[in-house]
Amino acid sequence: MFLIHEAKWLAPRVRQLIVEAPRVASHHQPGHFVIVRCHYDGERIPLTIADSDPKAGTITLVIQIVGATTERLCALEAGEHVLDIAGPLGKPTEIEKFGHVVLVGGGVGTAVIYPQAGALKSVGNKVTAVIGGRSKAYVILEDELKAVCDAVYPCTDDGSYGYGGFVTGKLEELVNDGSNPVDAVLTAGPVPMMKAVAKVTREKSILTIASLNPIMVDGTGMCGGCRVTVDGKQRFACVHGPEFDAHKVDFDELTDRLTAYRDQEEATWARLRKDPAHKCKFEAAERELKESTG
Amino acid sequence: MKPAERMKIPRQTMPEQEAEVRARNFSEVNLGMALEVARREADRCLRCKDAKCVPGCPVDVDIAGFIAAIADGDLPKAADIMYEANVLPGITGRVCPQETQCEEVCVRAKKGSAVAIGYLERFVADWARENREQIFTPPPPTGKAVAIVGSGPAGLTCAGELAKKGHEVTIFEALHKPGGVLVYGIPEFRLPKEIVKSEVDALRQMGVKIECNVIIGLTYTVTELLEKEGFDAVFIANGAGLPIFQGIPGEHLKGVYSANEYLTRVNLMGAFKGEGSDTPVIKSTQVVVVGGGNTAMDAVRTARRLGADPATLVYRRSRAEMPARIEEIKHAEEEGVVLDILVNPVEILGDGDGWVRGVVCQRMELGEPDDSGRRRPVPIPGSEFEIPCQIFVEAIGTRANPLLTQSTPELKLNKWGNIEVDEHGMTSIPGVFAGGDIVRGGATVILAMGDGKVAASGIHDYLSKGG
Ligand SMILES: Cc1cc2nc3c(=O)[nH]c(=O)nc-3n(C[C@H](O)[C@H](O)[C@H](O)COP(=O)(O)OP(=O)(O)OC[C@H]3O[C@@H](n4cnc5c(N)ncnc54)[C@H](O)[C@@H]3O)c2cc1C
Ligand SMILES: Cc1cc2nc3c(=O)[nH]c(=O)nc-3n(C[C@H](O)[C@H](O)[C@H](O)COP(=O)(O)OP(=O)(O)OC[C@H]3O[C@@H](n4cnc5c(N)ncnc54)[C@H](O)[C@@H]3O)c2cc1C
Ligand code: SF4
Ligand code: SF4
Ligand code: FES
Repeated sequence: MFLIHEAKWLAPRVRQLIVEAPRVASHHQPGHFVIVRCHYDGERIPLTIADSDPKAGTITLVIQIVGATTERLCALEAGEHVLDIAGPLGKPTEIEKFGHVVLVGGGVGTAVIYPQAGALKSVGNKVTAVIGGRSKAYVILEDELKAVCDAVYPCTDDGSYGYGGFVTGKLEELVNDGSNPVDAVLTAGPVPMMKAVAKVTREKSILTIASLNPIMVDGTGMCGGCRVTVDGKQRFACVHGPEFDAHKVDFDELTDRLTAYRDQEEATWARLRKDPAHKCKFEAAERELKESTG
Repeated sequence: MKPAERMKIPRQTMPEQEAEVRARNFSEVNLGMALEVARREADRCLRCKDAKCVPGCPVDVDIAGFIAAIADGDLPKAADIMYEANVLPGITGRVCPQETQCEEVCVRAKKGSAVAIGYLERFVADWARENREQIFTPPPPTGKAVAIVGSGPAGLTCAGELAKKGHEVTIFEALHKPGGVLVYGIPEFRLPKEIVKSEVDALRQMGVKIECNVIIGLTYTVTELLEKEGFDAVFIANGAGLPIFQGIPGEHLKGVYSANEYLTRVNLMGAFKGEGSDTPVIKSTQVVVVGGGNTAMDAVRTARRLGADPATLVYRRSRAEMPARIEEIKHAEEEGVVLDILVNPVEILGDGDGWVRGVVCQRMELGEPDDSGRRRPVPIPGSEFEIPCQIFVEAIGTRANPLLTQSTPELKLNKWGNIEVDEHGMTSIPGVFAGGDIVRGGATVILAMGDGKVAASGIHDYLSKGG
């Protein structure tokens, strides 16, 4: 059991948990994720480690509600426990001195790029972050990123804040800006966004690394469920990744494989929502979001 | 009783659930013997002086001894003899391939049928579990601490043997539940999870600590265990590793599983409970499984229980070459599994929306023997045919998991990535031992346990010499 130290909403349906997991915290590197389970008949789901504090023995998770397990996690409060946290898993991001690196994060993908930003900065890169959300309320970790990046460009689909449009629009501006050439791009977020990022940078032959999010079970290489096709080869995202050369990833296949359980996941989610015990807990958590954002 | 009388007793049978009933449920197939039946079977043992059966057992169970105790009706004594050599008899009594281990070399096998050593072993274990508290008087502590990586049969056995010698033992397990393949692979209907749990609990009572959710190679490296975490020796038993896919077109389709994933979803994650579990498995009426080992049998019988009709197993060699336990093949057929032998899948077909709709197979014939001495299957040209299915499961083997070995580059591996060990189970790093599937490639529960036992004695000697 892993004690939750802090729980708060970062955006609608996006919650941050700071959890005591000292062994994970002391071994965390950017790019790592954990596998989490939150009740006895629960699923195992992968979540990126958004931050860690080895001294306090804690890790930070940023979770977007998309189904039953993420909703259960987001109903948890400080003082409660997460049943299982296994990790850190995956290959860490290869932190090198590239020159000018642009990090592109969409939605909770921003939680993936945050630790990368700090590490890339510390080895002497110039680091720019482009982060997107549907509207202002959905842009997360902006202040945290500002503290470690040379520039941060928030983008909103509805134009309510920062750059009006998709992150790829802003990215295009940056790669076309001859005065400040881009040497590498790292991206994490929804699959269509990462695919679009790869398209922008492919034309310019800019090295681009995407953090993939296939369905996982064990996270240790045992099941092969997380297989993705990269450069025509079958790779297991949990052991060979989750970061791969975005120009070589078969994003369409990934998109399709992510729909494998859609109907069944929806049925599980609907059952959870009918459970009165869960409902009241979840509503209490959501009320907090309304109070904090007014 | 005279040997001639013993020879007259026929081999007793194991009562089992009716095939039509069990093909629709996940309860155990074999129901266990009654005391009288077990004693009658025990009377078949000739109590050989120079018992041939024992060298057939990788953990050296005193077979004649425990069987004689059953015949005498002294079950506590039978249990004592058993646990002395084997800390997981409820498991081995159910899943050991006895026909190629102890029972193969039993003298009675030459004339008729072997003593049912496995059934009797299961009988003793079940009796002990239900009828007595495990009494374990811990020996004086040695002050030495041993870390074990992985809680499959190799790790559990090594832990038990080291605890018996007074060492402090901690098992680190990557998953959320201990047992390895025993909990995520082998299904409930063959090995109830309650049995694994009770044998694991017995080890805990012996003082073995089990810490789940720890991945050695990532949460800690082997070097850290030795240099920072205060362990004096390490036993690596992290199992077989990554599932192999055939590499045929269509493997990205939804409905293609490795047997490991299919079985993990259903067993460990409880998808067999239907609405009770959050972990889904794709629904299907027609399932094809490729492979001929225990894993393939478990996958196809699981599919049958989840309602598949037909549930088909395809295997590229002939029936005689199937590595699965004979009992599993028999049970599978009784349950209505279709065995299609000398058949090899060559392509998985999609329905245009990303889902599996069938598999194209090729008929094979047996040619010249290959390196393994088995006759090589060769395709018959023009024999392609299609089997419709919505789930296609590959159970064709595994290759070594690189997570731990990558983080420990000093560890000497063979060309397949498996860890090399000496006759005491020690690796190229002093104080670091290994055993089970990570050394052998996919093998069996009892060979893994045998390795655990050899390593425990190797570790004990190493620690006694001040290592
Ligand atoms: C390496 C990695 C890192 C991730 N990091 C984060 C993160 O930091 N924050 C975050 O909010 N999300 C993250 N995700 C995605 C997260 O794991 C899924 O949103 C979560 O599993 C959904 O579970 P659910 O039960 O709530 O939803 P479900 O109802 O199970 O599924 C909703 C959708 O999520 C996807 N999904 C389902 N199960 C899984 C699974 N086991 N693994 C991956 N995707 C799945 C499917 O596309 C599905 O359609 C990450 C995924 C990966 C692979
Ligand atoms: C479906 C199936 C059916 C089978 N049926 C039979 C049968 O009937 N009879 C028989 O004799 N054999 C059978 N086998 C084979 C047998 O189960 C294996 O040979 C045996 O389990 C190997 O034992 P092990 O201890 O080496 O590894 P495993 O049982 O594989 O256990 C290894 C454990 O280590 C953990 N682990 C892995 N990496 C790490 C890490 N880095 N850190 C910490 N923990 C880690 C794993 O999660 C796992 O729990 C079957 C195998 C399968 C898959
Ligand atoms: S452990 Fe296996 S090989 Fe040994 S006696 Fe028992 S059934 Fe036979
Ligand atoms: S070889 Fe067969 S008959 Fe002889 S002791 Fe062993 S089990 Fe009994
Ligand atoms: S999640 Fe099972 S192999 Fe990657």
